[in-house]
Amino acid sequence: MRSSLIVKITREQVVEKLLLAVACSAIMSLLLIAVFIVKEGAPFLVKVGPRDFLFSSDWRPQAGHFGIYPMIVASLWVTLGALLMGGPLGIAGAIFLTEFAPPALMRVVKPAIELLAGIPSVVFGFIGVMVLAPLVRAYAGGPGLSVLAAAVILGIMILPTVLSIAADAIASVPQSFREGALALGATRWQAVHMVVLKAARSGILAGLILGMGRAIGETMAVIMVAGNAVKVPHSPLDSVRTLTANIALEMGYATGMHRQALFATGIVLFIGIMLLNGSAMLVMQRRKGKT
Amino acid sequence: MRISPKLTQRIAVTLLGTATGATLLVLLFIIGFVLEKGLPVVSFSFLFSMPKDMGRAGGILPTLVGTLLLPLLAIAIALPLGVGTAVYLTEYTRETRLTRVIRFGTDCLAGIPSIIFGLFGFIFFVTTLKMGWSLLSGGLTLAIMVLPTIIRTSEEAIRAVPRAWREVSFSLGATRWETVTKVVLPNALPGIVTGVMLSVGRSIGETAAVIFTAGSSLRMPHSVFDSVRTMAVHFYIMAREGISNENAYGTAAVLVISILAVNTLTYWLMHRFIARRAR
Repeated sequence: MRSSLIVKITREQVVEKLLLAVACSAIMSLLLIAVFIVKEGAPFLVKVGPRDFLFSSDWRPQAGHFGIYPMIVASLWVTLGALLMGGPLGIAGAIFLTEFAPPALMRVVKPAIELLAGIPSVVFGFIGVMVLAPLVRAYAGGPGLSVLAAAVILGIMILPTVLSIAADAIASVPQSFREGALALGATRWQAVHMVVLKAARSGILAGLILGMGRAIGETMAVIMVAGNAVKVPHSPLDSVRTLTANIALEMGYATGMHRQALFATGIVLFIGIMLLNGSAMLVMQRRKGKT
Repeated sequence: MRISPKLTQRIAVTLLGTATGATLLVLLFIIGFVLEKGLPVVSFSFLFSMPKDMGRAGGILPTLVGTLLLPLLAIAIALPLGVGTAVYLTEYTRETRLTRVIRFGTDCLAGIPSIIFGLFGFIFFVTTLKMGWSLLSGGLTLAIMVLPTIIRTSEEAIRAVPRAWREVSFSLGATRWETVTKVVLPNALPGIVTGVMLSVGRSIGETAAVIFTAGSSLRMPHSVFDSVRTMAVHFYIMAREGISNENAYGTAAVLVISILAVNTLTYWLMHRFIARRAR
């Protein structure tokens, strides 16, 4: 009896230590990822110098020129474009579904839009190539595969992210806020845009930032629809290559310096995403602190 | 002239409704387009025969096998780690600096784009650990990618188990671990399964992280050290290199149907879980 109790206690201790080790798996993976990407890319950054790497427009790996300025600009254009497309639609959907739609409609529409999040990025890319790019070519001009096409496709892709986070933020605004506004004689819409949206502001902002993070990191769809030309875009109809596309397109055959340059591109991307997600977390935390 | 608030509201709601409707239409269009072009290609022999001539003719059997095995392996690795983490965070510790670090790390990991996972998997599993382009490298990479999802959903599910049940278990003389395995986990199971299904859905559709770690061999895999090609990768290669639009559509249709099936099942499970909790 007594010995079995001792066995139980030591087993408990072993289990606890084991679980602690397991619990560190996520943070260890994150560290491993950071260490290995930096280890591959940092020597290159030191050798070439961050200024030449970030601000030169000359990307000719075979000739030893590694400037990713065009890709940085392209990533920013495409991401901002996606935000312009997907942001307003996502927020509009969130407002409509949480404030105005009958609950029955909400029960059907919200899961349907969440399904949109599950469609793989290659399928979005393919739709972009087969349907959207020809439309852009025919009605707006240019090669079709362009910033515009990529922004539209990415806008659709980030829509579910923006919508569901914004909807959660709006739904978490206390009911008394709405009632207060309505009691003062406001219409429902006035209550929504003067009171509810102001209260849900930071949650909506967090949704937009996370959507941006998703757009800037998206790879396969962008490779298929952005056209991949290495040049600084001058109009939304120009073909561009983003940071992610640059990595994925050349990783298959890159060696030596070239491969290191791609990992250095990965570092730039990694830092950009961490900044975006970090600020989203901050915004969310501030909101929690306030209520 | 001022527009009356009533009219403003009508206009606003109409616009908002139209935007929501447009979103839905886009969703329906994408699914409809892929199914309309792809379903005529899909047949028994398309699903269950080997591809010929790089996929120009024949079926997609090896990619079907790859799409089945890779997520399975990823889940087999990520599930114990994820559930273990969730159990530790909820049952074995209070909020400390360490738990904050673990949560922060999990959130960061969730935000990393798949191409970075691809780069990492390639340099770490494929090159440094010399696993080559293989089912194993791909599975490990995907496991890290879905780990945050599994941790979060499991944690939520475990937290939802009423405190009183644990107290009853303790009062009967059970240890913490016995309580976890006999009381907490069985009751959190539906929630954990939801997380698993979400992860499966994400793994099936993943391309960037898989293509650099699992490779793109069209042969049947015989061990975890063989390279595999998933449906998503197959579809990408066929569409991008213009190998066969017809077979690309067919593959896309099978891919979309599998993901819709997985996600619908997930949704159904989640609702059953919520309904049961509400009771």
